[in-house]
Amino acid sequence: MVEPDHHRFDTRALHAGQRPDPVTGSRAVPIHQTTSYVFDSVDHAAGLFNLEVSGHLYSRISNPTVAVLEERIASLEGGVGAVCTSSGQAALHLAMATILNAGDHVVASRNIYGGSHNMLNLTMPRFGITTTFVDPRDPRAFDAAIRPETRLVFAETLGNPGIEVLDVTAVAEVAHSHGLPLAVDSTFATPYLMRPIDHGADIVIHSVTKFLGGHGVAIGGVVVDGGRFDWASSGKFPTLSEPYDGYHGITFTEEFGTTALSMRARAEGLRDFGGCMSPANAFYLLQGVETLPVRMARHVDNTHRVIEMLDAHDAVSWISHPAHPSHPDHELAARLYPKGAGAILSFGVHGGREAGRRFIEAVELASHLANVGDAKTLVIHPGSTTHQQMSAEDLAAAGIGEELIRLSVGLEDPDDICADLSRALRASQKA
Amino acid sequence: MRIQVAGQSVHAATGAMAIDRPEVADAPLVALIHGAGMDRTVWSHQTRWLAHHDTRAVAVDLPGHGYSDGPALGSIAGLAAWVGDLSEALGGPLHVIGHSMGAFIGLEAAATLGDRIASLVVMGLGAAMPVHPALQTAADDDNPLAADLMAGWMHGPDQKFGTNPTPGMSMTGTSRAVIETSPDGVLAGDLALCGAYDGAVDAGAAITCPTTVVLGTLDRMTPRRSAQPLVDALGHATLVELATSGHAPMMEDPDAVRSALLAHLFPS
Repeated sequence: MVEPDHHRFDTRALHAGQRPDPVTGSRAVPIHQTTSYVFDSVDHAAGLFNLEVSGHLYSRISNPTVAVLEERIASLEGGVGAVCTSSGQAALHLAMATILNAGDHVVASRNIYGGSHNMLNLTMPRFGITTTFVDPRDPRAFDAAIRPETRLVFAETLGNPGIEVLDVTAVAEVAHSHGLPLAVDSTFATPYLMRPIDHGADIVIHSVTKFLGGHGVAIGGVVVDGGRFDWASSGKFPTLSEPYDGYHGITFTEEFGTTALSMRARAEGLRDFGGCMSPANAFYLLQGVETLPVRMARHVDNTHRVIEMLDAHDAVSWISHPAHPSHPDHELAARLYPKGAGAILSFGVHGGREAGRRFIEAVELASHLANVGDAKTLVIHPGSTTHQQMSAEDLAAAGIGEELIRLSVGLEDPDDICADLSRALRASQKA
Repeated sequence: MRIQVAGQSVHAATGAMAIDRPEVADAPLVALIHGAGMDRTVWSHQTRWLAHHDTRAVAVDLPGHGYSDGPALGSIAGLAAWVGDLSEALGGPLHVIGHSMGAFIGLEAAATLGDRIASLVVMGLGAAMPVHPALQTAADDDNPLAADLMAGWMHGPDQKFGTNPTPGMSMTGTSRAVIETSPDGVLAGDLALCGAYDGAVDAGAAITCPTTVVLGTLDRMTPRRSAQPLVDALGHATLVELATSGHAPMMEDPDAVRSALLAHLFPS
């Protein structure tokens, strides 16, 4: 059988989007720390500003270092292109601002990152965009919540913090049956564990800060354009399918077809909202992406070791990770995530809020902070931090109890991680 | 824009510049014709630029492709005749720019349509275009493998790594998506008629209009040497060879292709 002639995933993680610098021979991606770029001529400048020719004109809109990261992540996800942003939240905003207008409606999973929940539930309504939240485990709930004015279906591939596994194919089929795109935040999965576009998703969003960057040194986000969604036929997405005065009447679907979304996101979204990634941050994040395959494999192996330890510990009341047989999505995860369903898990400590507090204060190796996806093991109590703005009712609906501890398993020796957690669990039970 | 060609609705990109503006009434009317399983967007590096540089650019979706009504036509000769219909619909002789299958269509049109073809630019082609059996089989089965095989073969080694001239875009990813989203059966039909067409050299020998041939020296779908009989037959054509391009120079080396088009359309 003839195989497609593409570099494989691990090779693309190191090389996609970059050739050695033709002038200096630099093997590493150079940091192009510049705001702007000299034009060849007046005609060249006019062409760049009018989207007649490609290239860099101002680093808010594009930058050579950032472009390497964008092309690399697009390649790893199997998309047509990507636009990097200053943060994961900026990426979610950019995706929505590119295709939505006042009066539009979103159907979203209720089990998403607290910041995303805030944006959809509290902030976007001020701009006329409303959201209905549904159970991500029930594709029929997405279907039932779709209205005539719905323009987007949104969910996380692995929910936060319960690690609900989204049946991407089923939810994409629901969205597509209504002529709508499915956007997913796949931060917890990374393209190493699962590529949503292969399963029908149309837009993939990442907080690159997390596992893609992997070292907790730089904030960044990305919107990956799947390139398969027909933005024009339904007439529901005028920002892409109707003439835009911002570039002399250009119609993005007509001129760019499969790349219409990413072209508009950059040409309008970065130009006008300005949530761009800095070249220095792109460089830091690229160092992480280069080792994504080996890191994620180790993250997953360590996570499985931690689950075994927690499962046997008397102080643990429950464990939520798709690798654990008790998880409602255990079988779905085995199908969608053959390499493992990530390195974030949550668990409950006997003794409720106070026991949870004692656990957090007793860990020595694990770091108590508001992040996930670092090379180092991290813990947090979502009810008092990342999800604190949610009401008690919303917390309960999202499955976030007072006793819940979220753990991001790092790359330390798994025996050391388990020893630290085990000791802190024992301490949590000493009233 | 939409135009009626031989009674069917055809979709085309014009760089958002109306082609019936009085100030461009005498400007060259340029028809850009895509290859097998593709659509107008393969010319996105050229269409809008041409439209803002003293031409009337019309990058068409061939019948049954992109947003044009179907069905797809079943022979290079039939598609060349359709180019004649396009010329009639647009109201003037055409400067035809064709890629791969579109280049075969342009050759046949220039050889058979007389002064309705003002000039010709062809790129990404050989004197014949035999199709790899695995590609044809995958396309016949509407297997996504076909898009994967084509996207892997059509670009040169530099483009498989990157970087794309358009910041943040994946060239192989874009090519794969364009082919994947073509209507079922279209790629299979296009490949079959490319493989069956054996008139390129005869057409080349019959062409008298100004002609430019753009070839990527790293083309693996139609290797550079396979184009030589056609280049010899064309005789008078200007030959442009691009050292870092594969089968799709208009995507892989857009600046050089724009320069070639400028020299072709506006010879000093």
